[in-house]
Amino acid sequence: MRLYVDNAKCSGCNACRVACSLNLFGENNPKKAALVIEPQFPAPGVYNVKVCTQCGDCAAVCPTEAIKQDEQGAYYVNFDECNLCEACVPECKEEVMFVRSELANTAWKCNLCGDCVAVCGTGALWIAETEAVAA
Amino acid sequence: MNGYGGKILRVNLTDGTVTKEPTPPDVARDFIGGRGFGIYFLLKEVPRGADPLGPENKLIISSGPISGMLIPGGGKCDWTTKAPLTGGYASASMGGHFTAEMRYAGLDSIILEGLSPKPVYLFIDNDKVELRDASDLWGKNTFAVEKQFKERLGEEFQVAVIGPGGENLVPYACINHDYGRQAGRGGVGAVMGSKKVKAIVVHGTKSIPVADKDSYRKAGMAIYKACKDAEGLKDWTRYGTTIVVSWCDEVGALPTRNFSAGSFEDGKNLYGPVMREKIVITDKACFGCPCPCGKYSRNKKYNNYVEGPEYETIGLMGSNLGIDDIEAVAQANLLCDDLGVDTISTGNAIGWAMECYEKGIFTKKDTDGLDLKFGNVEATFAVIEKIARREGLGALLAEGVKHASQKIGKGSEKFAIHVKGMEQSAYATHNATAMLLAYMTCDVGAHHNRSWAITYDLQVGRDKVVPEKVARVIWLQNFRPMFDVLGGCRLQWVELGIDRDLYVPALEAITGIHRSWEDLDKVGERIWNMTRLFWARENEGFGRAWDMPSPRFYEEAPKSGATKGQITKLEDVNKLLDMYYEQRGWTLDGLPTPETIESLGLKAVVA
Repeated sequence: MRLYVDNAKCSGCNACRVACSLNLFGENNPKKAALVIEPQFPAPGVYNVKVCTQCGDCAAVCPTEAIKQDEQGAYYVNFDECNLCEACVPECKEEVMFVRSELANTAWKCNLCGDCVAVCGTGALWIAETEAVAA
Repeated sequence: MNGYGGKILRVNLTDGTVTKEPTPPDVARDFIGGRGFGIYFLLKEVPRGADPLGPENKLIISSGPISGMLIPGGGKCDWTTKAPLTGGYASASMGGHFTAEMRYAGLDSIILEGLSPKPVYLFIDNDKVELRDASDLWGKNTFAVEKQFKERLGEEFQVAVIGPGGENLVPYACINHDYGRQAGRGGVGAVMGSKKVKAIVVHGTKSIPVADKDSYRKAGMAIYKACKDAEGLKDWTRYGTTIVVSWCDEVGALPTRNFSAGSFEDGKNLYGPVMREKIVITDKACFGCPCPCGKYSRNKKYNNYVEGPEYETIGLMGSNLGIDDIEAVAQANLLCDDLGVDTISTGNAIGWAMECYEKGIFTKKDTDGLDLKFGNVEATFAVIEKIARREGLGALLAEGVKHASQKIGKGSEKFAIHVKGMEQSAYATHNATAMLLAYMTCDVGAHHNRSWAITYDLQVGRDKVVPEKVARVIWLQNFRPMFDVLGGCRLQWVELGIDRDLYVPALEAITGIHRSWEDLDKVGERIWNMTRLFWARENEGFGRAWDMPSPRFYEEAPKSGATKGQITKLEDVNKLLDMYYEQRGWTLDGLPTPETIESLGLKAVVA
């Protein structure tokens, strides 16, 4: 399972990011969300959204094994075990592995909680089985 | 303090100092935020008789407790000041992402005071606050400046900026944000221009504390679910405010040729589905909104991008000017946004000038050689530019239709469409008595958003002048602006029919204070009376005469369209006011009685 996005449907409202920070940290702070919205304005007038594909590359390089997999297959960060080494950040091709030590004492990423999908009014986000990528 | 950023930022532009003070808990309790904070600080801190463009006036920018939260529509920012357009109260509501960012920087309000000797911009990055030189930005249009800041500082910064209109102190200059959202009405942009503040840029990474996290999340999620389940979501999101163009045309509420009629024979070319099909490429939302009304357009005919046009601009820059080309309207929209003038007042000013020209009051000598007939697209573009730069005919029109018509005379005052000096927004009010009363008594001038009562007119009979109609207008005036107090948007309630009681547990979980809608409506009523007292304080002889609408709505019936031959009698206009004042607890001259002031607990506030 993973999170999917249709950029064409995103309206840039950021409700997903508030919901995300609330789930991950119990805070109202979209800067601590695990997905990114990049507005492309005034031209071409679209939003680029970056979401986690649950590929697990971050977990593979984590020296403290702080990034674990839950029963639905989602990788999540066990905050207590993260040492802020940032090894995971460059591994993430989607650029949604975060270390911002001024904001949090841990790395963070999408744990596939689904709260972003619950608040998205335009249907831009959804969770589905990971599609096999053609070789 | 739960539900608040916790600080008021005070920026003294005269001496260049910035200070922060804690948000007073009693003010938060009694006035909640947004426009409540605005009128509180305006009455308290701006001295009687202050020149709107002088050092004593202040620009008070406020978020509210639902701004930046997990509550649908928490993206509204209130800009309160003494209005250069009217000399009375102004409060403009701006959507987008600015208000949320203010809160993440820990700020509930920003108060700009004094006058800067040179162009500056206000830089806010969490606790780092500086006034910086803006000499290189002065004179530039709004889009270029916003883009420059975004490129330099990154997308996380939010930018509010004035254009040449604000710099040139056009009394209906607006403030632009997020490439297409505005604090539009009353001239807040001119006040910012008088203070020589070109822009405010803000970025914050703080969290907003809440009283009860679990209840807050549950309550917020419940409102999102209600929005997503709403029957109207799909069509509303597809068309936004343009969904009402066709309805207004059909019922005679679409301003046509300077409000001389309410139906436009070519109106169908401006309807929502036509625009969607022709130019819209992206749905663009304010912060946290699941039902985005912003329609972002690619205008191939004029080779550019613009947010909108939305309903008001279609009404004022389209049908009101006899223009039936949606791409031309979009271009006029873009020019206004980029130059920093309000599309509603600008559309009125041009409509009035076109009528002057067609009636022979103006000749080409007065119009800088332009053939200013209704429907002339190129002349419209030229006049917008002239207004923002105060050049030629634009210098006259930049004064607003009230002052321009007083200067020109020759009967043109009769078709200057305004109340209290503010040009009327895009609902023609021929034989629509509730909506007419809403405009007459709106606390900023002829604006629709406080009390959008026109559907009620159709529901109960448009010519009916009955106490129930007046009561409806008053209820809407007390209740609808509460969303501007909370720092949120009313359209989830208006358009999707979201039960307003869903907001009660959310607000309680955020602030820790229980307030029923009965309590909140009371706050709305108190604020309404405060704004009335501000008008009276600032204007010698203020009273009933100020509430009169344009004679167009009681003297001349439209010659075509759905309201052909229909008119509200002057006697009924007066009857509406009598009933309104009585229900408000005001004198027959429209001033709150001492008993009303006492019962609303306002004695100390007005002392």
